[in-house]
Amino acid sequence: MSVTIDDVKYIAKLSMLKFEEEELTSFTQEFNKILEYMDQLNELDLTDVAPLYHPIETGKGQLRKDEVKDSLPIEKTFLNAPAESEQHFSVPKVIKEK
Amino acid sequence: MIELLPTEKYEPVIGLEVHAQLKTNTKIFCSCSTGYPAPPNSNVCPVCLGHPGVLPVLNESAVEFAIKLGIALNSRVNLRSIFARKNYFYPDLPKGYQISQFSLPVVGEGELEITLEDGTKKKIGVTRAHLEEDAGKSIHDRGDSTLVDLNRSGVPLLEIVSHPDIRSGAEAASYLRTLRQILLYLDICDGNMEEGSLRCDANISVRLRGETRFGTKTEVKNMNSFKNVEKAINFEIARQIDLLEEGREVVQQTLLWNADKGTASPMRSKEDSHDYRYFPDPDLPPLEISNEWFEKIKSEMPELPARKVERYTNEFGLPPYDAGVLTQQPETSRYFEEAAGFTSARKELSNLIMTEVLKVANEKKISLAEFAIEPKRLAKLVDLITSGVISGKIAKDVFAIMLSDESEPEEIVKREGLSQISDSDELEKIITSILNDNPAQVAEYLAGKEKILGFFVGQVMKQTKGKANPATVNSLLLSLLKRSSG
Repeated sequence: MSVTIDDVKYIAKLSMLKFEEEELTSFTQEFNKILEYMDQLNELDLTDVAPLYHPIETGKGQLRKDEVKDSLPIEKTFLNAPAESEQHFSVPKVIKEK
Repeated sequence: MIELLPTEKYEPVIGLEVHAQLKTNTKIFCSCSTGYPAPPNSNVCPVCLGHPGVLPVLNESAVEFAIKLGIALNSRVNLRSIFARKNYFYPDLPKGYQISQFSLPVVGEGELEITLEDGTKKKIGVTRAHLEEDAGKSIHDRGDSTLVDLNRSGVPLLEIVSHPDIRSGAEAASYLRTLRQILLYLDICDGNMEEGSLRCDANISVRLRGETRFGTKTEVKNMNSFKNVEKAINFEIARQIDLLEEGREVVQQTLLWNADKGTASPMRSKEDSHDYRYFPDPDLPPLEISNEWFEKIKSEMPELPARKVERYTNEFGLPPYDAGVLTQQPETSRYFEEAAGFTSARKELSNLIMTEVLKVANEKKISLAEFAIEPKRLAKLVDLITSGVISGKIAKDVFAIMLSDESEPEEIVKREGLSQISDSDELEKIITSILNDNPAQVAEYLAGKEKILGFFVGQVMKQTKGKANPATVNSLLLSLLKRSSG
């Protein structure tokens, strides 16, 4: 499996990232190197091996009791927000017209 | 050749995606409250705000609720399931991805049986139900900005996906009602469509009858009531049929239903890509449900509406209509069952609940849990009817008094002098005087106009203020009239 420069452009667009043409070229090469490395897995016979979704195979004991704990005090909530208005996070308008 | 109407030529194919907000105390991956209403951004913490470096920890109750629904839908519950990231950008999704389930959901294939308008049953396949987190809420009508409230961010959702087995707006509404009823009986979702705790999107396509391939589908969103689900789906079916009849094509797109205008129009949004790049969430190990836990939940399942309807008709001998009304809401069936423990006259009980109790509760918009007449007192009122102490008509008057009077119905009947007059001697006197006062009507009756009997019954009821035992009045009238002919 390999990717083209158009694949990289597409992934960049989905990720809302912008790159120069030369960066895109070098990403394409790097991505393909990673994919080549991963291709080694295809040399193995994995017919009877179940897919591994997580390095920790067993999820036992990871559940939390449904008990309410304190949320953030309101004066801390917006400390990292670029803009705040009426106790809301304020962002550039998402929908062009109502 | 018979010309078919366009509506007969085409077959609609509909699948529903229902999002049920789960009634847990806390969010799915953090301990913030799900309480509603709350001031904006008051139930938030670094986890549901999507701050870097935080880790989600799954809520036990959310999993339990999902298992309950799985059991209720006869689904395969996957004892091992996987959480995945669904990646997209939107301001109300602070992490830039929604934690959901993709390739291995907690609830697998199941089914839901619905009753169609003509009374026949139909099974609708349920593809899956998976756990995920809700997004926040955006407000768009504030000047140049969009304002975001993240109280809802991280509230647990169960997304329930049906097979494309639904064939009309009415079937869709019926599926949704039945599903909502189950969610209410399981007590895992409050089912309020107007407030958005139960949301429904529809995938709709049409195809020529007999065709096995699917047509191009559209997705309709923003239908916030049962009525709107039915209307919006019928609107979209008609729109697609019109397009095809004009030789045009259906374009795959998402439409927003506008209830005020009664139309659906394409959604306008900057969210232009639907390539979600799902992948297993490295922050969450696989969800494992032990056999013991699963069996425990199974053993604690409440009786579901379909089973109740069966029991009410078979054990209590109620007509299916009554059983349907009494099981519509969990609180109605609880009220009925508690009262049924005190009287064996189930049909009379059912009548009183359907005609009086539910009417008053609806008018006053109160829950039966806080209804002024407790089930036991209602049962006593029913017994007064069946034992002949009062008539069904008088029972309504006693019922009205009981709404604001905590006395037992017997006491009210005694105090207000409402006992039925079954005493033949007393009734005979009354009837004789009525016959004497109305010789013309007696003559008509004797001449064969038997319908006039109703006039005499009416007179007796008038004189006794409705307290005469109708059966006794009838038999006495007949015998006294017979005597006057002889």
